[in-house]
Amino acid sequence: MAINTEKNSYTVVFAVLMVVVVGSLLAFVASGLKPMIDENERFEKQQNILYAMGVNENEGDGDVAFVPTSEVEEAFAKYITQQLVLEGSKAVEKQDAYLINVEKALAKAKSGEKAELPLLIGEKDGEKFYIIPMYGKGLWDAIWGYLSVDENMVIKGVYFDHRGETPGLGANIKQRFFMDDFKGELVVQGNTYVGVEVAKGNNDPLNNEKEDNQVDALAGATITGNGVTAMIKESLKLYKPYLQTIRSN
Amino acid sequence: MALLSKKDANLIKDPLADNNPITIQVLGICSALAITAELKASVVMAISVLFVLGVGNVVISLLRNIIPAKIRIIVQLVVVAALVIIVDQVLKAFAYELSKTLSVFVGLIITNCIIMGRFEAFALGNGPWKSFLDGIGNALGYGVILVIVGFFRELLGSGTLFGMKVLGDPVTKTGLYSIGYENNGFMIIPPAALIVVGIIIWVQRSRNRALIEEA
Repeated sequence: MAINTEKNSYTVVFAVLMVVVVGSLLAFVASGLKPMIDENERFEKQQNILYAMGVNENEGDGDVAFVPTSEVEEAFAKYITQQLVLEGSKAVEKQDAYLINVEKALAKAKSGEKAELPLLIGEKDGEKFYIIPMYGKGLWDAIWGYLSVDENMVIKGVYFDHRGETPGLGANIKQRFFMDDFKGELVVQGNTYVGVEVAKGNNDPLNNEKEDNQVDALAGATITGNGVTAMIKESLKLYKPYLQTIRSN
Repeated sequence: MALLSKKDANLIKDPLADNNPITIQVLGICSALAITAELKASVVMAISVLFVLGVGNVVISLLRNIIPAKIRIIVQLVVVAALVIIVDQVLKAFAYELSKTLSVFVGLIITNCIIMGRFEAFALGNGPWKSFLDGIGNALGYGVILVIVGFFRELLGSGTLFGMKVLGDPVTKTGLYSIGYENNGFMIIPPAALIVVGIIIWVQRSRNRALIEEA
């Protein structure tokens, strides 16, 4: 069967057919898998939040280890005692506040519009964790995460993630050696919520100094690191009115 | 009887050495620079390209007689992009952890010039089986270089392999670090990959002088 593939009409028909076939194939796959993908993303959110409050399966120096997907729903219900949304310093309980789109909520709040900022309170071994979501940008794409503090404004844990940072460089923000450094850091200086700066050359690679509001930067990932600094600061600024009400020092 | 005829075997062997896509054809350099700061990423990328190039070459080869010449590049692009997105979606639904690792590479796979290069140069003119072998061969040739570059960059740049500290701890000064060894921060930035690739090219051409182009 000889087809004249040079003809314009053939080219047009082929292009149209290709778009229709590939387009519907992709749409079919995407919508067919959507419920499963959504479920996975929900579990991931729960794992990330729990990770930030120290509920995880990390062992020694090993890699980041979350609560297993099969147990995460149960653990989330057990450890997360309150789910709030904030408007200014007012906090009201809201079911499934953790599913609120953090990117949109933070952007709205930042531009001064009314927004529902989610905040989760976790409890473990009698300790309270105030878990704040964060969202910002790295070098290539979005970065986000969760930060948990106690009443003294000391970081109890963090979790960072990213969409497209460079593997081996910026992508290391989700490695333990970077995230663990934040633990114990103070996010305030007096009354100012300065956050924690990802600092180059702070002469403290072991991070013994916990009140300097600095952690050691990742070599080769300056812009991602700056993004993390800015993201923490931004969230703290928006949550400050509430954090002031619970602060005890 | 051999599994592959000699000609078919060469389709796999050639790109591994004398016709390597990176060191001889100088294709796919961009991703070779971008993701080889650690060995794990190199391996993941190599496997992804192996899959996409193997399947993509077969698809293009099957369509080769009906693809209009005028828009063939676009057709090729659509095939790669659709393949990569479908794989990404399926992984997100069934192997979420793995998909997280791979998501960074999706864009890099679609734009990898080796893939378009093989579609254009081989799959459009050859049958599906040969195209499949050619795809596998080229992806392996690409993967070998990625892994070599990743090995040296991670070892010399971070002192680790697959994230494991093989040379001791640079912060607490154990192992090699106790006698004054330092990680070379230069190795983890992209230009170092060019230098490693350059050294591989040098070694390869000095072993086989036939590969040296006339000036």
